[in-house]
Amino acid sequence: MFFLSLIIRNALRHRLRTALTVLGMVVAVLAFGLLATVVDAWYAGADAASDKRLVTRNATSLVFPLPLTYYPRIRAIDGVQAVSWANWFGGVYKEPKNFFPQFAIEARGYLALYPEFLLSDAEREGFLRDRRGAIVGRKTAELYGLRVGDNITLRGTIYPGNWDFVIRGIYHGARKNTDETQFFFHWDYLNETIKIRIPGRENRIGVYIAEVSDASEIARIARDIDAQFKNASAETLSETEKAFQLGFVAMTEAIVVAIRLVSYLVIFIIMAVMANTMAMTARERTSEYATLRALGFGPAFLHGLIYGESLAIALCGGLLGVVLTFPVAAWVGHILGKFLPVFTVSIETVQMQFIAALLVGFLAAIWPARTAARVNIVNGLRAVA
Amino acid sequence: MSEAQGNTIEHTTAAQAANAMPLVRVHQVVKSYQRGAQRVEVLRGLTLDIQAGEFLALMGPSGSGKSTLLNLIAGIDQPDSGELRVQGQDIGQLSEGDLADWRARNVGFIFQFYNLMPVLNALENVELPLMLTNLSRSERRARAENALALVGLADRMDHYPNELSGGQQQRVAIARALISDPTLIVADEPTGDLDRESAGEILQLMQALNQQLGKTIIMVTHDQRAAEHAQAIMHLEKGVLSSREEVQPRAN
Repeated sequence: MFFLSLIIRNALRHRLRTALTVLGMVVAVLAFGLLATVVDAWYAGADAASDKRLVTRNATSLVFPLPLTYYPRIRAIDGVQAVSWANWFGGVYKEPKNFFPQFAIEARGYLALYPEFLLSDAEREGFLRDRRGAIVGRKTAELYGLRVGDNITLRGTIYPGNWDFVIRGIYHGARKNTDETQFFFHWDYLNETIKIRIPGRENRIGVYIAEVSDASEIARIARDIDAQFKNASAETLSETEKAFQLGFVAMTEAIVVAIRLVSYLVIFIIMAVMANTMAMTARERTSEYATLRALGFGPAFLHGLIYGESLAIALCGGLLGVVLTFPVAAWVGHILGKFLPVFTVSIETVQMQFIAALLVGFLAAIWPARTAARVNIVNGLRAVA
Repeated sequence: MSEAQGNTIEHTTAAQAANAMPLVRVHQVVKSYQRGAQRVEVLRGLTLDIQAGEFLALMGPSGSGKSTLLNLIAGIDQPDSGELRVQGQDIGQLSEGDLADWRARNVGFIFQFYNLMPVLNALENVELPLMLTNLSRSERRARAENALALVGLADRMDHYPNELSGGQQQRVAIARALISDPTLIVADEPTGDLDRESAGEILQLMQALNQQLGKTIIMVTHDQRAAEHAQAIMHLEKGVLSSREEVQPRAN
């Protein structure tokens, strides 16, 4: 108790210095947490992926479609339980800056494959019955003030012309990492309209999504699907939904690496600041350490004092940083919602923040503690004069 | 003479020898320091004995080795050669850890600038050396209160060093030096930072510790008036003892 009290009183000796160091720790731990959350958000699609879903696309590139005729052949492969499909629409809502992902889907099968998109029965039925109907994620609906029954027009970029829809449902995510920014409408509506507008571009599929009955068989089933279309005009590439999502992350991996590096750099900088503070503190107290040594206190006691003070300051800043991460992440998530639909602080991030704070506190104390423990008593006592 | 009688005589002789043994024996001690490129010999084969219960003042010009001698006797520095015994134990041979334990049990320190912990109040400062013992918190508190009462600071226990005058801080330091009932008290210029009145009070207090509690005190000082409070003054010059002068301790 005496020891703990001594550590706390020492930490509070230079209140301004300690407050500024704690503030530095708060900013660093907060920044570290936010950057880690950005990285998590990058991988959110992959993390939310089901291990029983396969995505099959054109082997040449995602921009090339697959024929609709592949559907029964994929469905017939042993182990495939259900198949649906989707096309990336890429329309503009009012202005190009109003981005949200839009997909034309084979509605009934697609919704069955994605039970994490929660709709009320009435909304689901309303959507399935209306050929021009659409469903939209909660976040996008809130962002643009969309409500059930609203008419919405998207200007096509891949599929030219204006496309009119009626919002029939607003879905919620079943899990925290479910993307609530997407917009889904009927592939039939797209296909029938495009058949009239640009004959010859109908019956094309962006990706097939297959659900397998046994996740452990997924690799074999992917191989079987691709073997089925080997040497066809449009060869396929099948991969797990997670791998498919990670493919998108890989395209921007340099950014993710840069973000990670910056987050580590932030921690390194605060460690240098903290180490400097502790070194300054220890230097100022040389005569006290010499006095304690003269009185018979050993190096372990001095180590305890310095490590204790450093860890107390670092953990105090770390704790405040962690607490602040949640509201700040919610605010940042709101701002970046269009680009990073899932922006949630994970338990792993909080653990990493605490570990970083502990590490900073520990490493910052190594040198000052070593110096203090080795202080020459005679010279140290002379430091008073 | 029977074997039993022989043993008795041997025991008696050993006891007499122990009684005759000085509390501190410094024999042919050499100590030098490296200053830049030069090795400076501060103590040059110094020899002296200090008896238990003595109040000894060490005087001499700057660089004569008096503080170095005090540091060696206090066990915060070690000689290059020679023998340094306190209560018969050769402290020059102790390891760093053993020496720290030895200091905690046997030496009370009084420094020129008091060297109190600024974040601890008077009571906690006095209690500090007892943290190295197995005493309970209440026992430590009781002893610290007694020690502070002894130095006349019973009403200043909750005061922090910056709330006390120099003389009061030195009294706290004296209480801290006393608290573990050490074998000897070493004082390095204990009045060097005090005005004459406060210095007189501190010296009187040290005299009382010596005369009433029988504490052995070794004090380094430049001040002849301060030295005259001791029972004997030893003069050092160029690392050797030049004279020993018995004095009639003065009172303020």
